[in-house]
Amino acid sequence: MNPALLEVSSHGTVELKIPGRAEWVAVARLAVAAVASRLRFSVDEIEDIKLAIAEACTNSIQSAGGQDAGTIEIVCDALEDELRVTVRDHSPAAHLEPVKIGGLDEGRTEELGVFLIRALMDSVDYTSDPHTGTELVMAKRVTA
Amino acid sequence: MDIKVNVRESEGDAYVVDLTGEIDVYTSPKVKDAITELIDQEHYNLVINLEKVRYIDSTGLGVLIGGLKRVREHGGSVNLVCTNPQIKKIFDITGLVKIFGIFDDEQSAMKALV
Repeated sequence: MNPALLEVSSHGTVELKIPGRAEWVAVARLAVAAVASRLRFSVDEIEDIKLAIAEACTNSIQSAGGQDAGTIEIVCDALEDELRVTVRDHSPAAHLEPVKIGGLDEGRTEELGVFLIRALMDSVDYTSDPHTGTELVMAKRVTA
Repeated sequence: MDIKVNVRESEGDAYVVDLTGEIDVYTSPKVKDAITELIDQEHYNLVINLEKVRYIDSTGLGVLIGGLKRVREHGGSVNLVCTNPQIKKIFDITGLVKIFGIFDDEQSAMKALV
C-alpha cells in the first residue's frame, strides 16, 4: 500500500493520509496547497495555508514525542468561499491551546506552531480525546 | 525537500551560515547541527543567510532562537539576512523581529555584529 494515499472526490473534498513522521510533512503541505490553489486564494494566502497545515502535522508528530505518530489524516473541504482543513491523529495529548505572543517561550516550538496556526487561519477549533486522538479543524475564507 | 547548509568564515571571528531550501521539522536538525557545531567551537558571532530559503516553519524558528540564546550567553549575536516577504512576515507575526537583527544583505548584517 502506498504510504501516502490521495483521493479526490467529486464534491470538492480531498482526503490524504500520511505516515506521522517528519519526512512526510512536506507532502501534506504541498497537497493542501494544490487544493487551495483551486480556490481564489492569493499566492500569499496559499503560503499561509501551507504553513498552518504543516504546523498541525508537526504538532501531531511532536505530541507523539517526535517519533512515529502513526497515521495523520488530512481532509480538505473546498467550499465556495472557504477552505476547511481537518487534521486528525491518534495522539492523546495535543498542545493546541491559544498562545499569546507575549507568552512565547523561545525554546518551545510547539507554542510557536500553535501561534502560527491561529494567526494564519481565520478559524481554528479542536477536540482531543485520550482514546480517539486529536482533531484540529481550521478554515480560511476566500477574500478576493 | 532538503536544505543545503554552507558554513564559511567571514570578517573577524564571525561566521556565515548560508541556507538553501526549506526548513521544516524534517530538515531543521541539519541546520541545528551546523549552528551547534559553530557554537561548540566558540564562534559566537553568526550571520545566518536566509536569502535562498523558500520556507521556514516553527521548528526552523526554534533552531534559530536556540542558537541566538546560546550565543548571547557568551556575549555574541545572530543576525539574519532575509528578503523573502513571506518569511519576513513569519518573523513579524511571531514577534521575532524584536529579538533578531534582520537585514536585507549580508554586508549590513555583518556590519551590525560589531
